[in-house]
Amino acid sequence: MSLPDNSRTDISSFWNDTGKTGIAAWIFSTDHKRIGLLYFYSVLGFFLTAVGLGLLLRIELMAPGRTIMGPQTYNALFTVHGVIMIFLFIIPGFPGAFGNLIMPLQIGARDVAFPRLNLFSWWLYMIGAAIILTALFTGSGPPDTGWTFYVPFSSRTGTNVSLAVFGVFIVGFSSILTGVNFVTTIHRLRAEGMTWRRLPLFVWSLYATAWVQILATPILGITLVLVIAERALGTGLFDPGRGGDPLMFQHLFWIYSHPAVYIMILPAMGVISEIIPVFSRKPVFGYKMIAFSSLAIAAAGSLVWGHHMYTSGMSDTAILVFSFLTFVVAIPSAIKVFNWVATLYKGSISLEAPMIFALSFILLFSIGGLTGLILGAAATDIHVHDTQFVVGHFHYTIFGGSGFAFFGAMHYWLPKFYGRKYAEKPALIAWGLMFVGFNITYFSMMVLGMKGMPRRYYDYLPEFAPLNLASTIGSWLLAAGLLLLMVNLFRGLFRGEPFTGNPWGGATLEWSTTTPPPTENFEEEPVVTHGPYDFKGTGIP
Amino acid sequence: MTRDQEPHIVSFAKLTAVWLTLLALTGLTVWVSRLDLGVNRVWGALAIAMLKSGLVIAFFMHMKYEGRLLRWLLFVALLTLAIFIGFTFFDVLYR
Amino acid sequence: MSQPQHRDHAGATLGMWLFLFTELILFGGLFLLYAVYLARYPHEFSVGGKELNVVFGAGNTIVLLTSSLLAAMAVTAVQRGQQRATAILLGGTIFCALLFLGIKYVEWSAKIGHNIYPGSIRLRTGPPGESVFFSLYYLTTGLHGLHVLIGGTLLAFVTVRVQQGKIDSTNYSWLENGALYWHLVDLIWIFIFPLYYLIL
Repeated sequence: MSLPDNSRTDISSFWNDTGKTGIAAWIFSTDHKRIGLLYFYSVLGFFLTAVGLGLLLRIELMAPGRTIMGPQTYNALFTVHGVIMIFLFIIPGFPGAFGNLIMPLQIGARDVAFPRLNLFSWWLYMIGAAIILTALFTGSGPPDTGWTFYVPFSSRTGTNVSLAVFGVFIVGFSSILTGVNFVTTIHRLRAEGMTWRRLPLFVWSLYATAWVQILATPILGITLVLVIAERALGTGLFDPGRGGDPLMFQHLFWIYSHPAVYIMILPAMGVISEIIPVFSRKPVFGYKMIAFSSLAIAAAGSLVWGHHMYTSGMSDTAILVFSFLTFVVAIPSAIKVFNWVATLYKGSISLEAPMIFALSFILLFSIGGLTGLILGAAATDIHVHDTQFVVGHFHYTIFGGSGFAFFGAMHYWLPKFYGRKYAEKPALIAWGLMFVGFNITYFSMMVLGMKGMPRRYYDYLPEFAPLNLASTIGSWLLAAGLLLLMVNLFRGLFRGEPFTGNPWGGATLEWSTTTPPPTENFEEEPVVTHGPYDFKGTGIP
Repeated sequence: MTRDQEPHIVSFAKLTAVWLTLLALTGLTVWVSRLDLGVNRVWGALAIAMLKSGLVIAFFMHMKYEGRLLRWLLFVALLTLAIFIGFTFFDVLYR
Repeated sequence: MSQPQHRDHAGATLGMWLFLFTELILFGGLFLLYAVYLARYPHEFSVGGKELNVVFGAGNTIVLLTSSLLAAMAVTAVQRGQQRATAILLGGTIFCALLFLGIKYVEWSAKIGHNIYPGSIRLRTGPPGESVFFSLYYLTTGLHGLHVLIGGTLLAFVTVRVQQGKIDSTNYSWLENGALYWHLVDLIWIFIFPLYYLIL
């Protein structure tokens, strides 16, 4: 990674901090900004890899029968696509990259509570990732279980499941340490005057996320240990032939993995809550409710894991309870959407790239959320369970939601750290391509699912062909937009127009320090006297 | 920020008294397990275990002398675990 | 980055407790399985539980409670500035940890000698509930044993730092957090003991 060509030498920025040299200045740095960028480039690398795999999957499904790969390769590819996207991109993505970059700045702290632990958790993440990647190329072939590692298949398949699962375990440990670090930081290191009611909404969302990381991830840890034990020691805990119950695996797995989708979406909602008021030049509507709904989503989201198991043979009582609770989660989610829309009302809206991504987040996430209710209602779920509908729904929430928020955050916050900005017009064209491509790709999948096409199938009936072709063509548009976005953004960050001061006019603390920020974050310890969206009080026009 | 308040020092005598109580409760739990209580044996043993862990947390782990925040957080963590186990029984009990 | 000495004792305690929550929930997953399978196989669990040796279980309970007492006393000693006593008390805790592992070793050896281990012929051919019971027993006590090992190592590291004078009455977060970890190990055993050795 080279330094951006900053001609300004009068301001000391964290780029010029010369304690160590070369790569060591990065991979052994305990500065939260450098760790944030380490995370950012790591998750981005994995994201682009998994995007490539996703494109290959779509090409395979372009037409019935074999197109470019055999069935075993297909099984391995969708497994690896899922494992990388979930465990190496979107779960560590927001807390690791933008949480690290922004959160200490937003609360007026010099760093996180445990800087060395922070660096350690990045290392753990990279070690886990390396183990997962090793699992793909060694042993008896890459895992073919799907990212869910369901037993009994995962305990019997001859592929390299144990090693991959161990890698995921390590990555989970890294996620736990980030959560511990963030909760402690937010409790202990807020600047003077930064009361809980003045906490930026992104920080609130990270706080809720960190709690999910702390309380849910250990269950994933033990579940993965049990899968390894099942394979290595023959414990038989999930083997019905030996008295075990495979449904218990599903319970344990989803006790973590359902809350995990809130690790993916909550910080994204936090990003949207930052961008919308800034680009509407208006204090956020319903600050308290947005902050509260983050906690409510985290809490209610931990009670609904059973809605992944309606067709598994779980008891009817449990189906009823989990179905009801699933609908409860819709309430805080809707609170957020309504408050964002109310913030826009009579605002002075400026449609720059971060805002465009934020607005499309609201639309795409709403579609994802509402289709989620179709899956959450026990009766309608039976029809679409394990079909392409689920794949479409999931990508609407996590790609259209979290992914688009991630791109929004990239355009909104990265210039702050590079002191240079992307070009606006190509960014908007890239967004347009992605938005159109996205909807073609994933809406087709939802229709296919309604018509009965199962997910994770290598081949399909001829009547599904036209929509599959459309979906594949959509994926090319999406990829083209993504490519343009990346080229434009990184060209801009390294060679674009200078970006100094507070061009967006944000009232949160990260905009009160120099751009790029100094190593110590603030020249002098900030004292907070205004709320995070009090544009008038902060003196921003 | 340095330390918020002077640390509370728990005397050796108090710690030893807690230890003796814990040993007594261990004896009690062995004794109870020999009684013919049916299903109640499980709940009896769990109740004694909870009492013992309460003592360890309060005195050995200094929770009694910590602020309200930590106590609340501990409560939330235990409640979460209880919910994870309890909600699973919506399935297991009615299958 | 050179950071000025910045010690946030309350922050360190909070962070440690948060980490302990994750450990509790890690074991919680195994207790969840225990509860579910106990409800399904009460009889087989009863038979399996009678195979376990209460003397070993109770003995190890006493060893761990004592080690926990010594760790708590070490914290008191360091707060009072008694460096030597701190190191001795920590040594006692580590001794108890080794004793615990020794007893565990004897106990496991005896079980394995009786052809009781995950995947053994006896468990494969016996009633399904018993296989589940012993698999859970080995996983839970195994994971707990691993934590004893980690906690003991951590405390050994702390002891060295106490002797070097790097931990003293003004700066003992490492010792306090090490002791907290050790108490957690004790705490989990407090539940393992009645659930596996006594209840049935």
